[in-house]
Amino acid sequence: MSIFVFAEQKDEEFKKFVYEAISLGRGFGDKLGMEVTVSAVGNNISNIVQKLKDYGADIINIVDDPSLKNYLPELYTDILVEQIKESGAKIVILGSTSIGLDLASRIGAKLEASVATDCINIELEDGQIIAFRSIYVGKAIGKVKFEKEPAILTLRTNVFPIIKKEGKGETVTKELNKDLSQTKIVIKEIIKSSKVKKDIEEAEIIVSGGRGVKGPEHFSILEELATLLGGAIGASRSVVDSGWRGHEDQVGQTGKTVSPTLYIACGISGSIQHLAGMSSSKYIVAINKDPDAPIFKVADYGIIGDLFEVIPKLTDEIKKVLT
Amino acid sequence: MKIIVCVKDVPDTESNIRITHDGKGIEQESVTFILNPYDEFAVEEALRIKESIGGEVMALTLGLQSAERVLRACFGLGVDNGILIRDDNFTNDPFLTASAIASYLKNISFDILLFGKKGVDLNYGQVGVMTAEILGIPSVSAITKLEIGKSKVLCHREAEGNVEKLEVPLPAAFTAEKGLNEPRYPSLKLKMQAKKKEIQVVEAQKTDSRINLVKMEYPPKRPEGKIIEDNPEAASKLVDFLHNEAKVF
Repeated sequence: MSIFVFAEQKDEEFKKFVYEAISLGRGFGDKLGMEVTVSAVGNNISNIVQKLKDYGADIINIVDDPSLKNYLPELYTDILVEQIKESGAKIVILGSTSIGLDLASRIGAKLEASVATDCINIELEDGQIIAFRSIYVGKAIGKVKFEKEPAILTLRTNVFPIIKKEGKGETVTKELNKDLSQTKIVIKEIIKSSKVKKDIEEAEIIVSGGRGVKGPEHFSILEELATLLGGAIGASRSVVDSGWRGHEDQVGQTGKTVSPTLYIACGISGSIQHLAGMSSSKYIVAINKDPDAPIFKVADYGIIGDLFEVIPKLTDEIKKVLT
Repeated sequence: MKIIVCVKDVPDTESNIRITHDGKGIEQESVTFILNPYDEFAVEEALRIKESIGGEVMALTLGLQSAERVLRACFGLGVDNGILIRDDNFTNDPFLTASAIASYLKNISFDILLFGKKGVDLNYGQVGVMTAEILGIPSVSAITKLEIGKSKVLCHREAEGNVEKLEVPLPAAFTAEKGLNEPRYPSLKLKMQAKKKEIQVVEAQKTDSRINLVKMEYPPKRPEGKIIEDNPEAASKLVDFLHNEAKVF
């Protein structure tokens, strides 16, 4: 009986939610008297798995093979389902990432279970897992119970705390014993993003721009502020639809859902669809010329003014504090 | 080419959501239902494939009899026929939905199965991939491009900042991500014609519940913020708040 975590990695680094998930699993493991099994799948990952012990991993399964360098749904699903069954997992945790949601759905289908996706809270009630999920565009929270084991969940990044508590850290290397010729989906090409960008869902600080930024060239003002704070750039749907930023920067109902410590909304009016993507941010700051902009209703701090004047002043004041 | 698009209607996100007294659902009266935004991309893609290489597009939905309204909305866009898998006890349980759809589709021949990436109402995002897994056909989620070949297709998937180009043999399923295409508006002419179209109805194959929505709650209200007019001290006051109160940096 175990708590099972999928340690998704990208470019030989584990995704942030992995540490959050292991910490969560460690907490439940201690309460339920279960071990935390972590599954690492990829290529050249054997040397990065050690640190998972520090966050509570008891058993670390490693499948390390060149053919696993990129996510291949059929292979990853087979590997994970086999490991889940072997470990007698009662709870299976993945991330609410693009890969996580895809893989969780496949695992769910194979295990004939539904997945509680985008969990923002998870509790134990009488030894059973209860998940709290964001629904109706962030306007409601759904409390769900599982009718079948294992309970499969995906966590929203940046919501659950990362806690250092050592687990046994026993590594188990497993061979890739799958017939690759049986896979139907073929990767023809992977175009890596030319910019080395932080995944916006993992950013602690996001400086986000809307139509008020007036054009792609003006995002440089936001970028200066973001760089100073070690944050990422976000964008509203209309900015992305206008081609000023890529879809990977979009925050909102048809973009990403983010939960940073600080979200600075610049020239963003705050439509319901946008709020859906960022209203769980810890602190929200809004800068907008329009005093009636809905964003001010969710902001912890707002400045009614011209962002072209406010942001440079803000950047200067922050520089003073940081030096 | 036979294309089946699985669609759902969802509350318009502008609608105010009011949770029912028992906490298990939302009040239906004040809500406007629309075709799920992600399903719009799927329907549009199906219609484009038909327009470019010929074929037939069927819309499929699952739910109460009233769910047929979403099929009528699809007819107004140009979809050829529609099927309602009727389930009077529809609970939005993803595995149940996928099983019911797969039970129906296993006796139907098709080339491409399309879904929206997720429903914006319950935010599960599983039905498309699950249905494909149950049917035993390959699937790719969150596609931003689809190019049809003779017996294979090439699709693009954006994942964690990379663009993956994948080749998939047919029959296959895909879930649509924003950016796949620009959905068209319904045509009045097609809407009028749609009124005469027959919708096939079949009863859903039932299976046991996997996930149970016990209760819905409103999220905690954010406390009112401090909103000020820009003035010479505004920036330093904000930085003071961020540094000393919020301790963000």
